[in-house]
Amino acid sequence: MPVATNTILMCAGGGCISSGEESCLQALEKAVEKYALHDVVKIVETGCMGMCDAGPLMVIYPEGVYYQKLTPEDIEKIVSEHILKGRIVEDKLLDNPVSSLKTHNPYDDHPFFTRQVKIATRNMGVIDPMKIEEYIAHDGYFALQKALSMKPEEIIEELKISGLRGRGGAGFPTWLKWDLTRKVPGDEKYVLCNADEGDPGAFMDRSILEGDPHSILEAMAIAGYAIGASKGYIYIRAEYPLAIERLNEGIKQAKELGLFGENIMGSDFSFDLEIRMGAGAFVCGEETALIESIEGKRGQPRVKPPFPAQVGVWGKPTLNNNVETYANIPPILTKGARWFASIGTETSKGTKVFCLAGKVKNTGLVEVPMGITLREVVYDIGGGIPDGKEFKAVQTGGPSGGCIPKEHLDTPIDYETLKELGTMMGSGGMIFMDEDTCMVDVAKYFLDFSVEESCGKCVPCREGNRVMFDMLEKITDGEGEEGDIERLEELGKNIMDTSLCGLGQSSPQPVISTIRYFRDEYEAHINDKRCPAKVCKPLIRYVIDPEKCVGCTACARVCPVTAISGEVKQVHEIDRDICTRCSSCIQVCRFGAISIQSP
Amino acid sequence: MSTGESNVICAEHEKLYKTLDAFIEEVKDKPGVLIEVLHKAQEMFGYLPTEVQSHVAERLNLPESQVYGVVTFYNFFTMKPRGKHQIKICLGTACYVKGAEKVLDRFKEELKVDMEEITEDGNFSLHGVRCLGACSMAPVVLIGEKDFYGKVTANEIPKILKKYRG
Repeated sequence: MPVATNTILMCAGGGCISSGEESCLQALEKAVEKYALHDVVKIVETGCMGMCDAGPLMVIYPEGVYYQKLTPEDIEKIVSEHILKGRIVEDKLLDNPVSSLKTHNPYDDHPFFTRQVKIATRNMGVIDPMKIEEYIAHDGYFALQKALSMKPEEIIEELKISGLRGRGGAGFPTWLKWDLTRKVPGDEKYVLCNADEGDPGAFMDRSILEGDPHSILEAMAIAGYAIGASKGYIYIRAEYPLAIERLNEGIKQAKELGLFGENIMGSDFSFDLEIRMGAGAFVCGEETALIESIEGKRGQPRVKPPFPAQVGVWGKPTLNNNVETYANIPPILTKGARWFASIGTETSKGTKVFCLAGKVKNTGLVEVPMGITLREVVYDIGGGIPDGKEFKAVQTGGPSGGCIPKEHLDTPIDYETLKELGTMMGSGGMIFMDEDTCMVDVAKYFLDFSVEESCGKCVPCREGNRVMFDMLEKITDGEGEEGDIERLEELGKNIMDTSLCGLGQSSPQPVISTIRYFRDEYEAHINDKRCPAKVCKPLIRYVIDPEKCVGCTACARVCPVTAISGEVKQVHEIDRDICTRCSSCIQVCRFGAISIQSP
Repeated sequence: MSTGESNVICAEHEKLYKTLDAFIEEVKDKPGVLIEVLHKAQEMFGYLPTEVQSHVAERLNLPESQVYGVVTFYNFFTMKPRGKHQIKICLGTACYVKGAEKVLDRFKEELKVDMEEITEDGNFSLHGVRCLGACSMAPVVLIGEKDFYGKVTANEIPKILKKYRG
């Protein structure tokens, strides 16, 4: 039997797919055929490799060489050079930010990779998610086997020692949730997986489900055994069809091998799962709303107590954990709780997966130990802010969170420190902002989100957020009044105190947090009718500098509303009343003649 | 519309209802299956007009009000027909920070429609969507189910649209 001498991993994560992975894969298959390499080259499509900005990405083993930003032409060249002649194609390698040399194997010397500790994402970008054999070869289903030889209390004790807390955002101790559900009497219980990843800017759950579906299935079966449930549901966004497909395929494969379904591994424990699709409602990430939705109803939250541990799906005791939380369970059992607890800070153990997005060089998915400082994330892993701009703030926790300004860059990240800073861990989205981001506008954006996603059940959230939004709009329109900031703060506090569920209780947070750190920006909008970041349209205007304009007409040609006039080789002018401030002209001006001004 | 044409549409609808019924028959014993059925119905009909909702209500033995309540609660379900090419503009945070609004404005201008509207020729409809989970490529536009456009600028929109104009 021929043995493959080269294994080529193609990243098929969301970022790479949207930057052209499919055509690269086709080119690769074609090149393999052209050079008759079937016997020596094995192609594997993996889950997200993390460095989305460099996509499409490809790794060639045994050397472990990473190639980035690929096109079908590059693939042809890499196959003929690297595979056939053993010559590395230097210009497609990753740039090494530290040594200015190119990086061959980034796990040796690239800080984006070397600073990470991968537990929840251990198999992503490494195995073929569609092959259970590859998962098993990486210790897959060993944790389930071990669990079945333990008493449920012992498993929960392990979780307690590990210190694992919920990765969905709030950080509730996982072992306690399991223990509470286990202790409620009843022979019919349910295990849920919350995969309704709704925070804008967070895609870690999607990446785990697509890149390593078996890790979730295995963990849910362990949970079922520990709490005494034989049935589970994965509630997943309809926007993630690939993840749904891979989970279904995973369940099928695991059943064929007796690792799932009836009498798992010959024991008397049986466990089966059903996948329930969401239909686009952010509030369904709240656990009681999620339960309503699983039951086929409008996703409106229930009053707590009773908690789902007592009265959950179909009125039965229910355990609900987030995707990333589950992904941590198998390694805790196989490697030991004390190993896990040795990573992280006093109160927050293990790692956290973050999605870096917005104004940062290396966008993508990273898993870092708790306690790492924000500075390390921004500058070492994230590579800093692009285009020579200055870091302004990072937003965490999505519409329920807040922002962290540069004064706090050296804070070690864990559940408690983020809370003290007025934000929260959240599911792990980190949106970076630079000097061009208006914090009032950002607060308005998040509030708009909460207004739209409020389920309408309770008044403070439904009406209060709307009123806050209108006030913010007034401010960004240049019509803010003295006292608006105080009114926002007061109303925000009321909404947080009186709303029924987590959505309302946290929705004013982005406003409160931006007022806390960027009060001067609010004041500039209200008192000086000025937007310091030059974002809010009613407060800015586009101006052509007559000194720099050469009359090339590029701007006039691209203006969608013909607001720019001027003859060839004459200075052009923008009609302020027609201009929609779309910025098309700035993008095409090669002379830097157009600028945005705010009085 | 001529009688012949409407007959064709009726026949086609009848076929769709039959397929839908077969699907409902298969899943109706699962508890809480309404949302799953509505997903299927929307996939087949393209949207969920009141007739389809009544049909589903009857087959699942649920009050029509409950079906309507669910359809109007979730963003994914729509009671309006959609364009042949659905343009979905990601309005997630990362995209927003990187200028998704400018991209959206340009689409509105080029197509002369507002959000959630369909062009006169039925070729395009415009939708703002929550995070598509491709934040590294922000701002992102998805046309149909598969055509991803990353790092989109307003000025390349006419070129993108051209590909879908017959």
